[in-house]
Amino acid sequence: MASAPSKLYADDVSLVVVLLDTNPFFWSSSSLSFSQFLSHVLAFLNAILTLNQLNQVVVIATGYNSCDYVFDSSSDLNRSFENGRMPVMCSSLLQKLEEFLITDEQLSKEEPEGKIKPSLFSGSLSMALCYIQRVFRSGALHPHPRILCLQGSLDGPEQYVAIMNAIFSAQRSSVPIDSCYIGSQNSAFLQQASYITGGVHHKPQNLDGLFQYLMTIFATDLHSRSFIHLPKPVGVDFRASCFCHKNTIDMGYICSVCLSIFCKHHKKCSTCGSVFGQAQSEAASASDKKRKTPET
Amino acid sequence: MNNGAGRRINGGAEEDDDEDDVNGDLDAWERTYTDERSWESLQEDESGMLRPIDNQALYHSQYRRRLRSLSSTAARIQKGLIRYLYIVIDLSRAASEMDFRPSRIAVIAKHVETFIREFFYQNPLSQVGIVTIKDGVAHCLTDIGGSPESHINALMKKLECSGDSSLQNALDLVDGYLNQIPSYGHREVLILYSALSTCDPGDIMDTIQKCRKSKIRCSVIGLAAEMFICKHLCQETGGTYSVALDESHFKELILEHAPPPPAIAEFAVANLIKMGFPQRAAEGSISICSCHKEAKVGAGYTCPRCKARACELPTECCVCGLTLVSSPHLARSYHHLFPIAPFDEVTSSHLNNPNCKLQRNCFGCQQSLLDPGNKPGPAVVCPKCKRYFCLDCDIYIHESLHNCPGCDSLRHS
Repeated sequence: MASAPSKLYADDVSLVVVLLDTNPFFWSSSSLSFSQFLSHVLAFLNAILTLNQLNQVVVIATGYNSCDYVFDSSSDLNRSFENGRMPVMCSSLLQKLEEFLITDEQLSKEEPEGKIKPSLFSGSLSMALCYIQRVFRSGALHPHPRILCLQGSLDGPEQYVAIMNAIFSAQRSSVPIDSCYIGSQNSAFLQQASYITGGVHHKPQNLDGLFQYLMTIFATDLHSRSFIHLPKPVGVDFRASCFCHKNTIDMGYICSVCLSIFCKHHKKCSTCGSVFGQAQSEAASASDKKRKTPET
Repeated sequence: MNNGAGRRINGGAEEDDDEDDVNGDLDAWERTYTDERSWESLQEDESGMLRPIDNQALYHSQYRRRLRSLSSTAARIQKGLIRYLYIVIDLSRAASEMDFRPSRIAVIAKHVETFIREFFYQNPLSQVGIVTIKDGVAHCLTDIGGSPESHINALMKKLECSGDSSLQNALDLVDGYLNQIPSYGHREVLILYSALSTCDPGDIMDTIQKCRKSKIRCSVIGLAAEMFICKHLCQETGGTYSVALDESHFKELILEHAPPPPAIAEFAVANLIKMGFPQRAAEGSISICSCHKEAKVGAGYTCPRCKARACELPTECCVCGLTLVSSPHLARSYHHLFPIAPFDEVTSSHLNNPNCKLQRNCFGCQQSLLDPGNKPGPAVVCPKCKRYFCLDCDIYIHESLHNCPGCDSLRHS
């Protein structure tokens, strides 16, 4: 970054932070093998780096037990041009990725029970945002950052608060989160992330052509996006799920102290312990109406 | 920024006393320049461009302020998240004084705008109204509502100052409005007071007791000097009183009112509120919205109870009165309830401890934590996951992200 001549930064220079899902539980059940997936992604990353010589790519692996940086095109190690750029990039990325996968596997203590085996998406998203803040700090002229999530595993409900925090922080610093979902069901987290931050969400129909999807949708820089017809967002589900039964509801009760969501009237909030008045919900809605009438 | 003359009013002077009275005869705006000598901190890089100013000092003041506020509220998780706030702006002739540049009222208007935006960002389910005092009469500028734009636009149109100021009239007016809101809401008044006197029709002490009975939390930010009546009001109603020294201090003070205050059990009754989570209508469908009574294409939300169409969230359904929100609005407040622990500074004992392996890079942004001389530079460590972070990431994590990247990238058993 620092050595790049700052005058050359134009509006089409990108910094792409790619979050790579390496969850072994997902890849063992996926129709696309991990090596095929990597060959698509590596070609895509090379393409981004060649689109503009100032473009920058950072890859963060989202594992099952940990998250780590596996590649940074701006670091000195990856700058060597001796053997040509592409092979150096691929070999260093693959080497770091392999090291990461081994440590990630060693960290798993016991065989997990239950069906949901989500990756630590909130961790890698937070790391990506920290990295992007560093780029913002580097001066007035910096590449335009965006985040691309290549996610296949299911959403982890316990990460909801952390992921939403990260999404709002990204929205605040106007960093779009693009997402490409390669699993079987669609991910509500990724849909919301892309919708709120103004990124693109897409779920490819045919995974054999993943490279083409990546190139046509996610390779364009932020400035050029305004000229291109990108996939339109399908309806985003903003309904909430209640804290008590995890049902999706379109009408419910909210604790006025902690904003926990419940599908029916409780006597006590299970999150913050506040005790609710019994008949007050009716009284409150009545006073609501009373207040409403003079205005309308 | 750090001249102490008035800060001790703000609940005890801690650190800035040594610089007192040095620049006694200068105006506030002049002092900011003579004290900081900001031109001296400018630096050029090799090509002659100006380098960003080293903000280490700023960092430390922010960091300490944050730690203080965290330690005072760390124990409680209850916050008043649904707030009904009236901003009372003093438009008496004192507000046209020019000791703030260009004038007090211009500074107030500018920062009230930032405050309103920040307030709605941090409290998406809360509502704000604006009351102005002019010629001794309090006047309601905007009704309490949830749209930042309408408040800001209304305020910018009415900035003429004249006459006296009356605290009692303003409090009476606001008290009347806030008595109508539902019992679960937190009633608050934030008064931006320029005058040094109040010209009241009756006994203001009665009004203060009335506010106290209605459980209205009154806070005052003064722009001139400390006044007993304001201090008394804040003490009686549980608010905070502070006097701004200069523009940046005023901004700091007003933004302190944006995060939700700790909930006081007796102030608002805990309650379950019925809310609807409307679906976003399909793109391209045409319908008449109930809020503007206009036909609109696409981009609307349908009330789940009465199927009326609303344009934006959060709002109240015009037909059946149901509060309509989307789940991200609720999620935006959750970080107040699950705050992350403040990070500890890495001390030399940490570094010498052989059990803690020295981490060379910041876990968040990969920036090197070593000084140019290859010595360990300043860093902080998360007490839970023991990851090291640089100071910039520390601020970002606590003030904007509200996640610890280290803790989130470890699987919790």
